[in-house]
Amino acid sequence: MSRSISRAPLRATVIGAGVAGLTTALTLAERGLAVEVFDRNAGLGPGSCSWHAGGMLAPWCEMASSEAVVGRLGAQSIDWWRERFPATVSKGTLVVAPGRDLAELDRFAQRTERYRWLNETEIASLEPDLAGRFRKGLHFPGEAHLDPRLALAELVERLAALGVAIRFDTELEPAAARGDLVFDCRGLGGRIDMPALRGVRGEMALIRSRSLSLSRPVRLLHPRLPIYLVPRGEGVFMLGATMLESEARGPVSVRSMLDLLGAAFTLHPALGEAEILELGADLRPALPDNLPRVERTGRVVRVNGLFRHGFLLAPALAQIAAGAALDPHLGTELIHANSA
Amino acid sequence: MEFYGVTLSSRLLLGTARYPSPKILEAAVRASRAEIVTVSLRREGGDQRAGQTFWSFIGELGVRVLPNTAGCHSVKEAVTTAHMARELFGTTWIKLEVIGEADTLQPDVFGLVEAARILSEDGFEVFPYTTEDLVVAERLLEAGCRVLMPWGAPIGSARGLNNLFGLRAMRAHFPDVPLVIDAGLGVPSHAAAAMEMGYDAVLLNTAVAEAGDPVRMAEAFALAVDAGRLAHTASPLEPRDMAAPSTPVLGKAVLA
Repeated sequence: MSRSISRAPLRATVIGAGVAGLTTALTLAERGLAVEVFDRNAGLGPGSCSWHAGGMLAPWCEMASSEAVVGRLGAQSIDWWRERFPATVSKGTLVVAPGRDLAELDRFAQRTERYRWLNETEIASLEPDLAGRFRKGLHFPGEAHLDPRLALAELVERLAALGVAIRFDTELEPAAARGDLVFDCRGLGGRIDMPALRGVRGEMALIRSRSLSLSRPVRLLHPRLPIYLVPRGEGVFMLGATMLESEARGPVSVRSMLDLLGAAFTLHPALGEAEILELGADLRPALPDNLPRVERTGRVVRVNGLFRHGFLLAPALAQIAAGAALDPHLGTELIHANSA
Repeated sequence: MEFYGVTLSSRLLLGTARYPSPKILEAAVRASRAEIVTVSLRREGGDQRAGQTFWSFIGELGVRVLPNTAGCHSVKEAVTTAHMARELFGTTWIKLEVIGEADTLQPDVFGLVEAARILSEDGFEVFPYTTEDLVVAERLLEAGCRVLMPWGAPIGSARGLNNLFGLRAMRAHFPDVPLVIDAGLGVPSHAAAAMEMGYDAVLLNTAVAEAGDPVRMAEAFALAVDAGRLAHTASPLEPRDMAAPSTPVLGKAVLA
C-alpha cells in the first residue's frame, strides 16, 4: 500500500456558510479532505446574502451586463447544481419587454448569446399565462433555476452525509483557524482582509399568486429597472432586484418596492392580486471590477466578490479554490479580471 | 471655459451611474478626459452615508465632483440633498434637478427656480438642469445661477438634440453664460452637433455607461466634443439653397 493512501487526509476549515462556503466545503469533502465549516450566524437564514438570492443559473443572460468570464464560469456551474440538487429546474429563461421598450430586447439580444427569438404564439406555448401580452421575446433554453434556500439546505445535508459538521454561531478569523488549509468565504464579513470589497444593496420580494403560473424565470426589460420573477413553486415567486451603490442594511424602501411591484404588474396585471410574503434587503459583496476573486496567501484561500452571481459562480469558483489549495505550484491570484 | 471662476480645459462632463463596475467607470472617466464627474446622492446613498464606499471611490478618481440632486421631486428634497452633498463632498457646487414628471423626468421649472434661489442665497453655486425655455433661463439667472444646463432630450433617452431651434435661440440669447447640454445624448454626433452650435460643454451618463464598451464610447465622445468645438471656432458654413461648385467651370469643354 502506498503511503499517500494511508496518510491522514488534509484538514480544511471553511469560514462562511453562504453559497460560496458550502459549495467550497462540499467540493473539498468530495475530494476526500476532512472539512469543518464555521459561520457566525445561528443557522441558514437571512444573515447571509445567499438567502435573498434569485437562484437563476443564467450565464448567457448575465452577459448582457457582465464580462465574458461570468458566462464562462457560470456555464460550468449548471451541471454541478443539477447533479447535487435534483430540484434544479432546467427550462431556460424567458426575456420579454413591453411594446414601447422593444428596443431593449434587441439590445439584450446583441449583448448575449445562446437564445432564440420567440413570437407571440411561441411565448404562449412556453408560458400559457403570458399569452397575448408580449409580441416578441427571447428564450435561453440552456439556462436553469433553483430555490436558493432549498439548495443551501441540500448542501448542508450532503455535507453531513460526508461527515462534515457546520458550526454555526461561531465567528472565526482565518488566522485563528485550525487545519492545513483555510477557505475564507465570508463575503462582506471578510472585508478586513480584502479592503477593496464593497456592498451593493439589493432588494427583493417574495410574492404568491393564486392565478398566475410560470414555469421558468421571466425577465422583463425596462430602461430604468429591469426585473425578474423566479418561480419557487406553489404560486410563490421571487421578485428582484434593485442594485444600488449603497451599504445601507435597512429595510426595503417604498420607492424600490414601487418600482419592483409596478414592473411586476406590467408583466401581468394578475400579479396585482398577489400576496406579499416577504420583503428582503441585503448587500452583495463586490470588488471594483464586479468580478469574483480566488486568492491564496499561505494556507489561506479567499473566495469572494461573487456580487450578483453567487449561485451562478460558486461551484466553478469552488473547483478553482480546491485546485488552488491542492496544487501549490499555481500562482497566488487564481482568477482575476484579466482571466477571461 | 469657466464655471464659477474655475477654469476647465475639458468640455465633457461625465455621470457616474449605471456602469458595469466601478473599475470600468474609472477607465471611462480617464478615456473621456473629463475633469468633472457628477454623482447622485439620493438614489445611491440612502441615509446614514451608506454610499460612502462608492463616494470615496469617486473621490479617488482625482477629478472635480459635481454632486447632483437626481431623483428629487420637490424643492425641499432638492435643498436637503444639496446640503448633504456640500457636507459630504466639501463643495459648494450642486447640479440641481427638480423632477416634475415621472415618465419624461422633465424638470419642474417652477420648483427649479425656487430651489435655485434658496441654494444660491445659501452660498451654493448652482448648475440647474432646465429646459430650453428662455424665460425660465432668465429666472434662473436672476435667482443667482451663472451656468445653465438645458436638456437635449429626456434623461437617458439617447434621442439627441430634440429642439434645435430652441437650443439655437438659447445660445444666441445668452452669449456670455456658460451653457451645457445636459441629458438625452445618445451618440457622439449628438455631442458634436451641440458643440458646433456653440454650446460650451456637454454632460453625459447613460450614453457611455450603457454602451457595450463604455471605455471606447467615452473616448469617442471626447473626440466628438473636440471636433465639434474646433468646428465652432472655425466658423462653419450655413446651409444654402443653391449648389456652389467647389471646382471652377471656366475652361471646361463646351460641346456644341
